Amino acid sequence: MFTRDRWDEILEALNANKARTFLTAFGVFWGIAILVLLLALTNGLKNGVSADFGDFATNSVFVWTQQTSMAYKGLPKGRRFNFKLEDVALLKEKLPALKYVSPRNQLGGYNGANNVVRNSKTGAFSIYGDYPDYINQKAMDITQGRFLSFSDIHAKRKVAVIGVDVVNNLFDKNEEVLGAYIKISGVNFMVVGVFKAANTNGDQEEDANSIFIPFTAYAQAFNASDNVGWLAITAHDDVSISGLKDQIFGILKNQRAIHPDDERAIGNFDLAKQFARITGLFSILTVVGYFVGALVLLSGVIGVSNIMLIVVKERTQEIGVRRALGASPLSIKAQIIQESLLLTILSGLVGISFAALVIWVMNFVLDQVGYVENFSNPTVEMSTVIVALVILVVSGILAGLIPATKAIQMKPIDALRTE
Amino acid sequence: MIEIKDLHKSYTMGNNSLHVLKGINFNASEGELVSIMGSSGSGKSTFLNILGMLDEADEGSYFLDGVPIKNLNEKIAANYRNQFLGFIFQSFNLINYKTALDNVAMPLYYQGKKRKERIEKSMHYLEKVGLADWATHLPNELSGGQKQRVAIARALASDPKVLLADEPTGALDTKTSYEVMQLIQEINDEGKTILIVTHEPDIAQMTKRIVNLKDGLIIDDVLVPKPVRAASHV
Repeated sequence: MFTRDRWDEILEALNANKARTFLTAFGVFWGIAILVLLLALTNGLKNGVSADFGDFATNSVFVWTQQTSMAYKGLPKGRRFNFKLEDVALLKEKLPALKYVSPRNQLGGYNGANNVVRNSKTGAFSIYGDYPDYINQKAMDITQGRFLSFSDIHAKRKVAVIGVDVVNNLFDKNEEVLGAYIKISGVNFMVVGVFKAANTNGDQEEDANSIFIPFTAYAQAFNASDNVGWLAITAHDDVSISGLKDQIFGILKNQRAIHPDDERAIGNFDLAKQFARITGLFSILTVVGYFVGALVLLSGVIGVSNIMLIVVKERTQEIGVRRALGASPLSIKAQIIQESLLLTILSGLVGISFAALVIWVMNFVLDQVGYVENFSNPTVEMSTVIVALVILVVSGILAGLIPATKAIQMKPIDALRTE
Repeated sequence: MIEIKDLHKSYTMGNNSLHVLKGINFNASEGELVSIMGSSGSGKSTFLNILGMLDEADEGSYFLDGVPIKNLNEKIAANYRNQFLGFIFQSFNLINYKTALDNVAMPLYYQGKKRKERIEKSMHYLEKVGLADWATHLPNELSGGQKQRVAIARALASDPKVLLADEPTGALDTKTSYEVMQLIQEINDEGKTILIVTHEPDIAQMTKRIVNLKDGLIIDDVLVPKPVRAASHV
């Protein structure tokens, strides 16, 4: 099919009218470049928004206590209550589908009053009482030392893992951080680790101003007993946390003597649901991206087909001559299809390369400027590109087919007569 | 070489049927140089097209070198044209983006000949028509006479049994016409059968036999006693 002679014929024909060839190629080039870019941008948006979730395991739900709204078992409504550590153990025991159940407590708050002192320096930070599991739920990079461990929990060690901004605020440059003591609300804790949020994003500042201490040490130092501020619960990957919520609430209500129908007693934030909503949005966006891109590509292909029609019309006489000289209809047809095929594939490849270049520049710039809200790492999958290429090849054949058929429908004598 | 019996052809245009050829009987043997004359509308072009398998007759038989030419599909017709016939057109019909050499090589390409052989043969025929030095030129760099010579070389390239020329001098001035006719006569001298459609009597006088068509019939078919040698005019 593609002998050297055929190549010569095709290249000659395409070369014969450079402007026409260029315009045709540009249509396809533009179409595929837009398709790839659209998909890449959609992905960039997706990656960007996902990154905001990304440092917390998405199959998670946060559960906290509110006021009861129904009287139950002789207890009045409007009652305040706390989860207890034993609830955590019970949840883990009764619901094996749960991967992590982390009880958490918080002291002070972001932008609150100064609550941490080191020598002459003070600062206001969020102090969290946590279990070691928490780092599996919220990804953090430990830049120095270590995170909390279970032996910290058991020994109720007064140790702290602090955020990078805590270091900046309380320590001088080049000062040894690990092993130093900081005074949290009057209680001394030894710094054993420094962390940085895994995905730098909008919450970076708040994260960087956080301090983690063992849950048990927190309870002892700040007199929290076995009260739990709130729970961060993550299910195993193959189970949806949203589906487990009712069971979790049931257990908790039973434990805390809450009326089973009391909807207001327990508050929750379903990260999985939020994430699913965003994911859903992005699947729609992806579909839209494909749709629009495909339409642009289609118009490019129609452009090729149109131009090939004109080409065939312009070359009617030439085709007549070729047939008079003994070209079979098949060879004429093959040549026209191959011309359009070569054109679409070549310009398609250039289009993909161009889009890749643009994506590369985008990523380069993004790397330079750092974090951009809701946008990061625009990419396309190789499989998508291959699909686009296949579409191109098929459409190239289709684009050539109509004009090719037209070319051989005409009797050679009529073709010859055309001036 | 050519045997035609009772050839009929009509064209339908809307409701009108136009009977163009009304029973043509024609024979030509090998080595003949025949001119076909007639006013416009006499059917001479249609006749040539049927001879050239560019068009098909409604009725009648056509044998070319003993091969019956009938019920052709386009593929076989293309093959026969390539093997048996060489075409020379009034408007040359060279492919304008191909060099003279590549134009000549076209029929060989469709014969599936090897590249080297194509170039050798094409060069040979270009030499024959005296345009070896112009081999790499594009048609628009050639004069009318040169273009027709390239076209003749192309017609010869596949070594066909019959050359069919449709008004080969129609687009040329007198001097160039005679040069082209001289070439055609020389080719005929080598034994090639050539049919020329023309309406120019002086061109017809340079052939060996004149067939006159009128209203779709051959009204007269005479041998030219002493064909004019075009060389004497050049």
